Amino acid sequence: MSETPGAGPAPEEIKAVPVRHPGRWVGVAVLALLIAMLVNSLVNNPAYRWDTVGKYLFDQRLSQAALVTLQLTVLSMFFGVVLGVVLAMMRLSPNPILSSAAWVYLWVFRGTPVYTQLVFWGLISILYPSLGVGIPFGPEFVSFETETVITFFVAAVIGLSLNESAYMAEIVRAGITSVEYGQSEAASALGMQRAQIMRRIVLPQAMRVIIPPTGNELISMLKTTSLVTAVPLTTELYSKSREISLALFQPIPLLICAAIWYLAITSILMVGQYYIERYYARGSQRSLPPTPIQKLRTRLGGLKPPPAREAGPAPLSAQRSTEGGTE
Amino acid sequence: MTATEAPMVLAEGVHKRYGRVEVLKGIDLRVERGAVMCVIGPSGSGKSTFLRCINHLEQINAGRLWVDGELVGYRQRGDKLYELREADVARQRIEVGMVFQHFNLFPHMTVLGNLVEAPLRVKREPKAEVHERARDLLDRVGLGDKAGAYPRQLSGGQQQRVAIARALAMRPKLMLFDEPTSALDPELVGEVLDVMRGLADTGITMVVVTHEMGFAREVGDELVFMDGGVVVEAGPPRDVLGDPKHERTRSFLSKVL
Repeated sequence: MSETPGAGPAPEEIKAVPVRHPGRWVGVAVLALLIAMLVNSLVNNPAYRWDTVGKYLFDQRLSQAALVTLQLTVLSMFFGVVLGVVLAMMRLSPNPILSSAAWVYLWVFRGTPVYTQLVFWGLISILYPSLGVGIPFGPEFVSFETETVITFFVAAVIGLSLNESAYMAEIVRAGITSVEYGQSEAASALGMQRAQIMRRIVLPQAMRVIIPPTGNELISMLKTTSLVTAVPLTTELYSKSREISLALFQPIPLLICAAIWYLAITSILMVGQYYIERYYARGSQRSLPPTPIQKLRTRLGGLKPPPAREAGPAPLSAQRSTEGGTE
Repeated sequence: MTATEAPMVLAEGVHKRYGRVEVLKGIDLRVERGAVMCVIGPSGSGKSTFLRCINHLEQINAGRLWVDGELVGYRQRGDKLYELREADVARQRIEVGMVFQHFNLFPHMTVLGNLVEAPLRVKREPKAEVHERARDLLDRVGLGDKAGAYPRQLSGGQQQRVAIARALAMRPKLMLFDEPTSALDPELVGEVLDVMRGLADTGITMVVVTHEMGFAREVGDELVFMDGGVVVEAGPPRDVLGDPKHERTRSFLSKVL
């Protein structure tokens, strides 16, 4: 008897007893116990002073301080990224002076603690009491007192940006070198020039590699802003919460308040990162992964999968036939 | 020599070294306007390197290379050669389309985006005109319905056809093909060769580095066999393939035919 495979009635579906995982259940039980203990202590230990946490969480001084923290983070990250891109280009430059200058910069700013750097920028007016605009080694046209131009806030931004740029330079460089050389070659064969190739072809592809570690850096920057007391800048979240707690003689509840603010800001940044990553994944996969909301909808909607979303807009001329082509 | 009489490509004693390794050891070649020249040879023979020299992706170390009567990559004043600035090299490349073995489509752009990128941003042509031309080209390579797709959603053969259309969107006067079918599954080779055959019929000048002897025989006006960085034998494909004069050509052909 020679039956063609696939023909005939469908075979009976397998209904086997699934493998049991007793180890997993033990793990779950232990974890549940630990969580119960933690929750119990959080609720019943009066030293946490949850009433004080509730009272001060939305205190205007704290929300103001959170805003300062956010400003420091965004500004420092912005300048850090811009300078980082410049440094990465210098590192990749065929010119040995440019690339070694970038290397030395990285060596200094990655090799010293950011706390030290922040103290240094706070003391800059001692090194240079006045700043001027003029011809190098020549006459000066305008001159300022350093203290008036470089306030503690500005010093903090400078310190954080310069430190960040050293790390960003390496991240950007990794992204750029991750893009296949054939891409630049194809672009130059089309008559594009270096700056254009970088902007239109290489960087958009490098973003896929650059974004995840940059998200790390951003979140890490948010928390590093608590070190600007070294400058000393004391208007940001951590310093402010310390200040209030010292007046209240209750360090723990305000620490918790600050932590909640940091967590909230981090959560918002993480959501943003997720969508930026998704945007730059265009074309790298055959179809984009669903967003959490789409996933949730699928789960709630039972087994029905969502309509497969193409990684790009639908073909604009789907009706046009390929007949008469070369296939 | 005036531009109208000049051959499309003229090479005189072209040498190329990588460090101490000499890859091209004096290439003399002439590609007439509207001709299709196929270049064959074992790997490492320098055929791809020579092709890349034609649009200055590689800088030559000695000799002279002209495209359409214009010196490639340099300007000559008296006896002295001056390197061209980046913008001038780019301007020369506008006239020369290139198709790569691994397609090198831009994966973050749609198929249509790949086609319109250079005409819009390099030649700064009007958008409506560029888009219309791009769609016509996609129809011509049989991919009119893929304008909105991303390259990774296409098969290798489709990607290479898009790559050909992308090069043509710049309206070059010379097309270079660097082993355009070598990275393709065997059943996809035909569709790419068909497009190239159709292109040859339009009268555009083509230089094709290939292992497809059938294509070289049918479409090529001239066949060049390279080995060890020199042109061993050149002539009409029928002669070179049917009655090779050199022992090295014979032994190469006996292995690939």
